Amino acid sequence: MEKVIQIENLSVYYGKTVAIKNICLDIEQGEFLGIIGPNGGGKSTLLKAVLGLIPVTTGSIRIFGKEPGNSRGEVGYVPQFAAMDRRFPISVFEVVLTGRLGTGLSPFMRYSKADKIVAYEQLERVGIVDLAERQISELSGGEFQRLLIARTLTMRPRLLLLDEPTASVDATSREQIYQLLEDLNKEMTILLVTHDLLAISSKVHKLACLNESLVYHGEPELSQTIVNKLYGCPVDLIAHGVPHRVLKEHEEETQID
Amino acid sequence: MQNAFLASILASVVCGIMGVIIVEKKLVMMSGGIAHTAYGGVGLGYFLGIEPILGAFFFSVSAAIGIGYIKRKGGVQSDVIIGLLWSMGMALGIVFIALMPGYPPDLSSYLFGNILSVTKMDLRLMIILTCIVVFVVIALFNDWKAYLFDEEFASIIGVKTAFLEYLLLVLVAMTVVVLIRVAGIIMVLALLIAPAATAGLFSSKLKGRIVYAIAFGILFCITGLWISYLMNIASGACIVIIAVVFYFVAYMICAIYTKMKRKQMAERQQIKD
Repeated sequence: MEKVIQIENLSVYYGKTVAIKNICLDIEQGEFLGIIGPNGGGKSTLLKAVLGLIPVTTGSIRIFGKEPGNSRGEVGYVPQFAAMDRRFPISVFEVVLTGRLGTGLSPFMRYSKADKIVAYEQLERVGIVDLAERQISELSGGEFQRLLIARTLTMRPRLLLLDEPTASVDATSREQIYQLLEDLNKEMTILLVTHDLLAISSKVHKLACLNESLVYHGEPELSQTIVNKLYGCPVDLIAHGVPHRVLKEHEEETQID
Repeated sequence: MQNAFLASILASVVCGIMGVIIVEKKLVMMSGGIAHTAYGGVGLGYFLGIEPILGAFFFSVSAAIGIGYIKRKGGVQSDVIIGLLWSMGMALGIVFIALMPGYPPDLSSYLFGNILSVTKMDLRLMIILTCIVVFVVIALFNDWKAYLFDEEFASIIGVKTAFLEYLLLVLVAMTVVVLIRVAGIIMVLALLIAPAATAGLFSSKLKGRIVYAIAFGILFCITGLWISYLMNIASGACIVIIAVVFYFVAYMICAIYTKMKRKQMAERQQIKD
């Protein structure tokens, strides 16, 4: 099985502050990995390092065997919609088209018919094709997030990185997005940074817990010790409507006869 | 008079295009900083015996590139630098002018605008700069749209965002220089913002806004020119007053219109229920 991402002893420091330390993580083709952890624990830093947006202090990252930033067309990135400028005068269709821009600068470039067809296809794929001519300021959170996914899909990536795609999104849209991701996982490897435990429990294949260092990496099942290490204190993780347990049995429960 | 009209058209074109971008990307403070730094160039130009507007051009472009560089390095917050350059530019201008022996010339037309005293050399520079701005924006329009909407994504897919950032600032500097003769350094901001802001009330698409902004710019300039001629007041001031008043009136009309529409819709709903 081809290793899509190989991270070895990765540490990233911002000046003197450590963001992430000694991360060793391998992700194989076709995986669906969820990354959870407390805020400030380094999840975004890890994503940015994988994308080549920030310099690595020590260690190495290989994406498809290459340095980060050198596999431009193969790595798709979906940021949080909350960080976007939603008041910018641009239509849904135009946003999706920007995924088809070439590298460098493209003077006098006009999007080709093929570009437009691909853009429409991706809008259909994520389910917002009838919003194509709308200005982005008119979209809901869920629709906007799906727009950002569509934009990345026009690049036909083999690896998809998503940064909290369901933060501030209503429940119906959330379910739609996870359905979409499950679908997409048949064609590409997915890395999902999230706080959403429902996703962790029911959708992802593997789970990584990040709090400066990699506290856990394995099946999406958390024990109290791991949660303690991850959040630094005993935290009750409650997920509603979870079809199977995420948390292992508590000791007290087994004592009740 | 013909020079004045041509200058108005050129100024409206650049402030339509760049104004919309500046207002959207919140670069107002930066543009103000570049504009006021230009006065240092005016003084330097006068000091060196060259056309002050050329001095203004070189100073603004240098300031723009400097601001861009400092922003990239991330050391100091950009509005600190801009604030400092803003005043420093004005101060340098005054010092350079004072250093020349003899009576200082009336350079107030650079500060307050006097479109009627536009020289052939000014016009030539304005035409060149306007053409460059229009060319660069049209040529790279799709790159610009992607960069302005989401710089991070553009950079990830390989668009040269660092280059575009510097280029944008240089275009702002060029725009400011074109506007100096029309509105004066002190009021360049109004001419950049008002047409764009008014255009924003009427159009929600980028191309649409630019077209409206150019049209409003021409309207403000011609009207302002006419009043300035009639009442013999500095053209910059007249144009700016027309522009700002027009914006606020348009804003209020739009606000009232939206309120009335909402009321209508609410009443219709009530009748239905």
